[in-house]
Amino acid sequence: MNAGKRSAFLITTTCFGIAFLYIPMILLVVYSFNKSRIVPVWGGFSTKWYGVLFESEEVWEAVSLSLKIAAVNACFATILGTLAGLALVRFGSFKGRTLFSGMISAPLVMPEVITGLSLLLLFITLNEFVGWPNERGFTTITIAHITFSMAYVAVIIQSRLAGMAQDLEEAAQDLGAKPFRVLTDITLPLLAPGMLAGWLLAFTLSLDDLIIASFVSGPGAVTLPMLIYSRVRLGLRPDINALATLIILVVAIGVLIAAWIMFRQQKQRELELKMSEES
Amino acid sequence: MSAPAEAMAPALRHRLSLLLQRNWRSLVLFVPFFWLLLFFLAPFFIVLKISFAGSVIASPPFTSMIEWVDEGVMHIRVVTDNYAYLWEDDLYVKTYLNSLKISSISTILCLLIGYPMAYAIVRSSHTTKHILLMLIILPFWTSFLLRVYAWMGLLADQGTINGLLISLGIIDEPLRMLYTEFAVYVGIVYTYVPFMILPLYANMEKLDWALLEAAADLGARPMTTFFTVTLPMTLPGVLAGSLLVFIPATGEYVIPDLLGGGNVLMIGRVLYNEFNANIDWPVASAVAIALLLLLVLPMMLYQHIQGKETENA
Repeated sequence: MNAGKRSAFLITTTCFGIAFLYIPMILLVVYSFNKSRIVPVWGGFSTKWYGVLFESEEVWEAVSLSLKIAAVNACFATILGTLAGLALVRFGSFKGRTLFSGMISAPLVMPEVITGLSLLLLFITLNEFVGWPNERGFTTITIAHITFSMAYVAVIIQSRLAGMAQDLEEAAQDLGAKPFRVLTDITLPLLAPGMLAGWLLAFTLSLDDLIIASFVSGPGAVTLPMLIYSRVRLGLRPDINALATLIILVVAIGVLIAAWIMFRQQKQRELELKMSEES
Repeated sequence: MSAPAEAMAPALRHRLSLLLQRNWRSLVLFVPFFWLLLFFLAPFFIVLKISFAGSVIASPPFTSMIEWVDEGVMHIRVVTDNYAYLWEDDLYVKTYLNSLKISSISTILCLLIGYPMAYAIVRSSHTTKHILLMLIILPFWTSFLLRVYAWMGLLADQGTINGLLISLGIIDEPLRMLYTEFAVYVGIVYTYVPFMILPLYANMEKLDWALLEAAADLGARPMTTFFTVTLPMTLPGVLAGSLLVFIPATGEYVIPDLLGGGNVLMIGRVLYNEFNANIDWPVASAVAIALLLLLVLPMMLYQHIQGKETENA
């Protein structure tokens, strides 16, 4: 759109909106270098809270548990979500389709307290009747996370499939490829970027979840959000600011790498397009 | 190969591939379907069942619905006390209404901030658009909990905002902001505004902006154009964004707990405390079912809109 049409009002709102989103995060980072124990009162520059953070064994255990859950969850959620997305977009109508699509999209809007409570009660009931799971922790949290993350993956896969031309699949079928072969050789490779996006989203969703994990976890299994929560409930803590800074740093680096890869791919595509036009 | 066999082969192959196709399909469908039935649908029935059980001090802390009274006489006990309790106890009704009030006002605030922002993003140049979208999405990838925590530092009595206002001489005494309803509004709007912007952006991106120019050419004032052309066209996006804010905000737990303290009643927090602190599972289950009933209409509306979106795409 032409620049002249953009009104001052829109620019102001956007600037304020972006500032609103980012100032709190910038302050988190700034106060992590505060010497004073009282977070919002500046007492000089110091990196001692990072030392406090790194010395805490609790933090390392929570980080490693959260990363393990997030990785296993992301793999399973990507597989299940991709299958669900395929079924919903490519299978036309089948028995139970309404129920299936309802169950796939409901976790997206279900309040976490309800999901958490209901899954915990399921695990307790299962334990009573079949003796599994006899302890809650890694497995139960992972199952709970898969259940809601697969919904997000399915949404991504659905939109990728809907926007994907079917001509390659049809060509393969016409050339005699069996449907399963079409799936493994054509559809899945085409879906790979979507599956990667889904994996990353599932991974982050899992790392971010506090409520569902608190419900379905047992004694001894403390994820990173659970640890952070138990500390900040009682007030501000400079070591949590240091942890937040590290998380923001990791995310920023990850996003920059992703943006760089996307930028390069786009350049590559433009170059190929140019070459094919010239030839 | 004999002639009849050769004639049979394509038919057979066709049959076989059809069979394979069918089985492959049922496998693709069965795995996620079964998973959701077991881990998503079944749990709700358990919650429903426990919400009709009596509370006892035992493990698990609720009475069983089916009891075998001697010689195979089955006794089904349904306790509706939990729901009656919710209805009679002032606290729960108040909490429900307060949750609805907070989530509705937050949704409107998100819309007021998100709508112009989405509009500005859609109308900006290619590069700016991508940068702005990335800036909106980026907070999603950082911890939700830490973003709420950031506001504790901003809003505290000794916090950044009070410090700034006092040093500027605007106020003498710190304003009480943390642990008030105001803080809860700030927290909800802050964390949910991207959920409003993104569906609005997706909707506006597909619109035919020539209609706006046509309206202007035909002499419509900007305000008239906005209310008769822009707003009706973007209504699906407004609805989707509003539901994406309203539904989770109603059941929110972390924000009222960290920013509202004990002063702000919200249903998600009551449910969590009923379950974890009071260990009253039947009442917690009844609260969950009541919350679900409250949200079932908005949730179905959202699914309906989503379904239409996918069909259109």
